[in-house]
Amino acid sequence: MVPPKKIKVLITKVGLDGHDRGAKVVSSLLREAGMEVIYLGMYQSPEGIVKAAIDEDVDVLGISFLSGEHLVFTPKIVSEMQKNQLDDVLLIAGGTFPAEDIPTMEKMGIDKVFRAGTLTDTIIQFIQANVRG
Amino acid sequence: MARSKQSGELIERLFAGDRLAAARLITLVENETDKHHEIMRQIYPRTGQALIVGITGSGGVGKSSLTNHLIKKFRDQGKTVGVVVVDPSSPFSGGAFLGDRIRLQRHTQDDGVYIRSLASRGYLGGLSRATNDVIRIMEAMGREVIIVETLGAGQDEIDVIHIAQTCLLVMTPGMGDDIQAMKAGIMEIADIIVINKADLDGTDICIRHIEAILSIGSFKEGDWVPKVIPTISVASKSENLRGIDELMDAIAEHQNYLRVTEAFEKVKFERIEQELGLIFKDELQKLVFKGLKGTGKKKKYIENIMSGNGDPYSVVDEILRTYILQGSDEI
Repeated sequence: MVPPKKIKVLITKVGLDGHDRGAKVVSSLLREAGMEVIYLGMYQSPEGIVKAAIDEDVDVLGISFLSGEHLVFTPKIVSEMQKNQLDDVLLIAGGTFPAEDIPTMEKMGIDKVFRAGTLTDTIIQFIQANVRG
Repeated sequence: MARSKQSGELIERLFAGDRLAAARLITLVENETDKHHEIMRQIYPRTGQALIVGITGSGGVGKSSLTNHLIKKFRDQGKTVGVVVVDPSSPFSGGAFLGDRIRLQRHTQDDGVYIRSLASRGYLGGLSRATNDVIRIMEAMGREVIIVETLGAGQDEIDVIHIAQTCLLVMTPGMGDDIQAMKAGIMEIADIIVINKADLDGTDICIRHIEAILSIGSFKEGDWVPKVIPTISVASKSENLRGIDELMDAIAEHQNYLRVTEAFEKVKFERIEQELGLIFKDELQKLVFKGLKGTGKKKKYIENIMSGNGDPYSVVDEILRTYILQGSDEI
């Protein structure tokens, strides 16, 4: 049964980070869960990501990190979102980074952080439960 | 911005060129919310003036990378650009993977470019149901050029012809012989045939095949004969790109042809004709389904047909007789 309102998700990587396997896997799984996933690819800037999120009117913005720059880029993306009044867009992050950074990332404004190894159902359920109406 | 913003205010901001307002209006229209018709009613008088270029062709032939170059060229001319890219929805999950933006990255930070990805959502014809409405929203936003890229189309996904004024069919060498080119459908709709990846083996023979088929076409004096343009849209060095300027010239030439002949009026007429037919069919279907919903009758009809106690034609006749002809609210 197709839900009446489609959940739109933007999945992207940011900065000089050339590992996109995880982002592609998550994109495919969200697609299989019935969501419309816009894949932006690698080497994106915070400004470009937020602009694409505006144009596409996405409900969820998902950033994949592996480069170790998650604490550098997170505040930039959050402030760019605030500047553009995207306060009702769910911001999630995933990838490989130290577990002790998660509270910092969430304090910086990420709604939910998923580390590598998270079950896909956990991600899907979080999105479905928290996405804007 | 709160989601609850009134569509009236969004429309005012759309007319001022606001991309966030455009984005939210497109969602309201694409999801066929109760505001859909009212939004279209209000913006319609501000539409119809843009140059609309359609790009179609099979998956992987280079539609998006060509779109990327065309955006750049139109921007160099100082024109604002709207881009609609369509990718398929899954028939099973209803989800979609929309990946065309990857090739359009260099325009992400240009305010003069507005790109929107649409999932086909089960609509056949190479576009999505909302495509024409989305283009009109971009027109009302003031975009001067709109590029519509279909999903990877095969032989018969030709709806783009009803929307675009100038239609590009993108092919690559090695996709088949002159017999493929003789088939009805997608080959017929092109105003310009782009042979992309023209550095591949077989480019010359491919061009010859297509030109041979065009030469036996039944064109009358004064008809537009499709141009064949070889291009290379991806190259590690930009000086190895080929054919983009020639492609832009061909688009301009076709637009000029439409202007000097009466073809422009015909194109506009066909777009509205298609639009009317589509809306009518949609609304009629919704009307009937609304009547059937929750009654359990649809399931019963299907089960009856399965067990040999009826056929789909009689069922539809019965539905139409009850619902449309007698104007009953019940089916």
